[in-house]
Amino acid sequence: MKNRGLLFYAFAYLAFLYLPVLVLPVFSFNNSEFIAFPLSGFTTRWYAALASDGAMQHALGNSLKVGIVTALLSTILGLSAARAVTRYRLRGAGAALGFISLPLFIPDIVLGLSLLLLLGAAGLPLSLAAVVLGHLLVCVPFALTVLIARFEGFDRNLDEASADLGEDGWMTFWRVTFPLMLPGIVASLLLTFITSFDEFLLAYFLSGTEATLPVYIWGQLRFPERLPMVLALGAIILGASVGLVILAEYVRNLGARKPMVGA
Amino acid sequence: MADGERNSGEGYVLLSPTLVVMGLALAAPLLLMTLTSLKSQQGLSFGEGWTLAQYGAVLGKASYRALFIRSVVISGAVTAATVCLAYPIAYFVAFHARRKFLWLVALTVPFWTSYLLRVFAWKIILGFDGVINSGLMRLHLIGQPLGFLLYNPFAVVVTLAHAWAAFAVLPIYVSLEKIDRSLLEAASDLGDGAVRRFLRITLPLSLPGVIGAAILIFVPTTGDYVTPALVGGTQGTMIANLIEVEFNGVGNWPLGAALSLVSMAMVAVIAGLFVAGARAVARSAR
Amino acid sequence: MSFLSLSGIRKSFGGLAVVNDVSLEVARGEFFALLGPSGCGKTTLLRMIAGFETQDNGTITIDGEAMNAVPPHQRPTNMVFQSYAIFPHLNVFDNIAYGLRKRKLPRDALRAKVEAMLATVRLEGLGGRAADQLSGGQRQRVALARALIREPKLLLLDEPLGALDKRLREAMQLELRAIQRQIGITFLLVTHDQEEALSLSDRVAVMESGRILQVAAPRTLYERPNCRQVADFIGEMNFFHATVRQITDAEVTVNAGILGIVTFPRANLAPGITVDQHILLAIRPEHVRFADSGVAGEIADATFLGARSHFHVRVAGRTEPVAVSGHAAPSRGTVHLAFPPDRLIGLPTDD
Repeated sequence: MKNRGLLFYAFAYLAFLYLPVLVLPVFSFNNSEFIAFPLSGFTTRWYAALASDGAMQHALGNSLKVGIVTALLSTILGLSAARAVTRYRLRGAGAALGFISLPLFIPDIVLGLSLLLLLGAAGLPLSLAAVVLGHLLVCVPFALTVLIARFEGFDRNLDEASADLGEDGWMTFWRVTFPLMLPGIVASLLLTFITSFDEFLLAYFLSGTEATLPVYIWGQLRFPERLPMVLALGAIILGASVGLVILAEYVRNLGARKPMVGA
Repeated sequence: MADGERNSGEGYVLLSPTLVVMGLALAAPLLLMTLTSLKSQQGLSFGEGWTLAQYGAVLGKASYRALFIRSVVISGAVTAATVCLAYPIAYFVAFHARRKFLWLVALTVPFWTSYLLRVFAWKIILGFDGVINSGLMRLHLIGQPLGFLLYNPFAVVVTLAHAWAAFAVLPIYVSLEKIDRSLLEAASDLGDGAVRRFLRITLPLSLPGVIGAAILIFVPTTGDYVTPALVGGTQGTMIANLIEVEFNGVGNWPLGAALSLVSMAMVAVIAGLFVAGARAVARSAR
Repeated sequence: MSFLSLSGIRKSFGGLAVVNDVSLEVARGEFFALLGPSGCGKTTLLRMIAGFETQDNGTITIDGEAMNAVPPHQRPTNMVFQSYAIFPHLNVFDNIAYGLRKRKLPRDALRAKVEAMLATVRLEGLGGRAADQLSGGQRQRVALARALIREPKLLLLDEPLGALDKRLREAMQLELRAIQRQIGITFLLVTHDQEEALSLSDRVAVMESGRILQVAAPRTLYERPNCRQVADFIGEMNFFHATVRQITDAEVTVNAGILGIVTFPRANLAPGITVDQHILLAIRPEHVRFADSGVAGEIADATFLGARSHFHVRVAGRTEPVAVSGHAAPSRGTVHLAFPPDRLIGLPTDD
């Protein structure tokens, strides 16, 4: 009986979660400039309009650039830090980890503005590179969390077994450590890419003239006639994100048991 | 492990690039922020010398104090709402759901969208001509659109509670999942009914997850900018909006810096008090 | 010349000497065991031979070659880890073939070798099985096969059977012995299970607190332990305090308290013991006899163990009961115990 009540609550909660998210696709196909009921018929013209929106595509390109660079850099930095902390007994490891995770507890407005101050003091311009630096701040802790968890679940003996069987440090990394870390690396890349891609506030302060996609969208929000297009864009991003996550899960399960020598 | 003892030098080498980058991107800027807060704004540049005048202004002005209080109250409401709403679903997935992984995925998928878009979606939903109002009017449930849905603290709380939902569900779920089921069986065996058992065993043991979730949500929410800016109107502005004004164009950077640091300190103190309080309560309840 | 030679090995962790001046010789083709309780240093010693730890002092020599500067992946040793360390992302075939990559064997030769090894460890046909679908016993055999296929000069086994249940463990012990005899490689086994060490090995080194107490064949360790720790660790032993009265070429006479004046063969006395010295007189439970006359006692409890029964007999003048292992007690109540002199052993006391 309690189950029934909880079950109902669970579905109601899901409905609450998905409501705003579903607004995007629903009204992106709505043949009206006004985001309100009643619905006015099906159309794809908002999507078509996106295809010819040069500014949007440029911003999209910027976001992809920043996202990919951020994902790679934060994963690499996360990898080396995670390995350092789990493989070696380092004094002050706890403090170092706390310091690296600090950005998660500082509001991004403070992060963004202090970086702004830094750039100003150093005489550096606002740019996509500055955005990458800001994004690293928030993405490295995520990468670190994912990778540390992966490293800790690792049987230490595996490295030794590989050495025992004749492989030196590099080959051991390549044949044992890397394949086993791969799911964690993929997860980290994915998580940091999406975090960077969706990140607005830091980009808003640091991007200067080259807008990323969220900054572009922010700019469009003050124009009501652009709203359906924004929704169409949002719906595409939603679909792509979900698809990406599913793909990542699939790849992860696929790569789990691939033999390296033909049997 | 001797491996670690012998080669800890290697370990430091591995750790250093990350520390350097984070030091550059975090420590140096925050230091600058602190230094800036100790200056005064004169025209388009900073005045000579150091001063605590900004802090005086921040702590002295009544409107600032009111803004701080409102921000804290809103974050507190968001935290409470999010955690309370999340607990039952986390409980459901941990104890009653059969395909847990599927549920967890279903619960996190909405958060793979841009935060900005989700806030904007709420604006559309709550607006005067928005989804809720037009829907309710269409169904003839109301005659006039509801005006209280948007551009006030209520809208901010609803939007943020939605935005942080997953961050509450997951930690609470994890701590519930970790509870050894045999403890619950022992409680039943010793005479506790379902409600008692929940209050005496499940709830206390899941408290670390709940506290973690609360801190995780409260701390960043006080400094949120986007949600109050889009759906808060004038009644629902928070600290971040004021800080942004000061840093924009011809604002008062030192004042903005002081506002930032004071708000961070305030949040840290509140969070610290909360954790200490929760621990004290937990200890006394034993 | 011995095959594996350890000389003056010392290793400390954080100021604590884990291995304290250990020297050892193992012959080619021997099945040798390092036996001792947890924390005695046996695993550390094994890891130093494998190259995963470096000794603070001393030399390790394998087949005439000093190993001091040689890293683990270049040593002629292979190890079976306690946790087996099976690579989870490779199947059985690839796990076993892992160490052969460098030899660049043609595909057919490689397959033949792996299949032969699979047969040796009785895992035929399981080459394609995924690592996470193996039972404990199967994983153990994969770990063994993976190490053996490289034909190391020395195979190191770190408590390989600890994680298996009793029946499986005993079966695997027999298989290990058979494989070793078949292949002829020198095996060095580390274990805390004395039954395992005694049943498998040609010789055993008993270790405690970083030192080697005694190195001998299993039977010698059992019948002629050289000190109380070894006597106590291997099987069960009754100890009585005694003082040496007289030593001749053939016999030793002692005053053994409740046992009275006892004479036993000189050969059973540990070396270096002199007249008037306090010693421990020791005898195994299975050698104590129930008799019509002798030391009187009461049976405190009896445990039926199938083939034998185990008794605890309370004897006047002694807090600890005497352990007797035999077929049946003659009667309830008072019994008499006889201690055949040729089964008595004289050991130094702990001081």
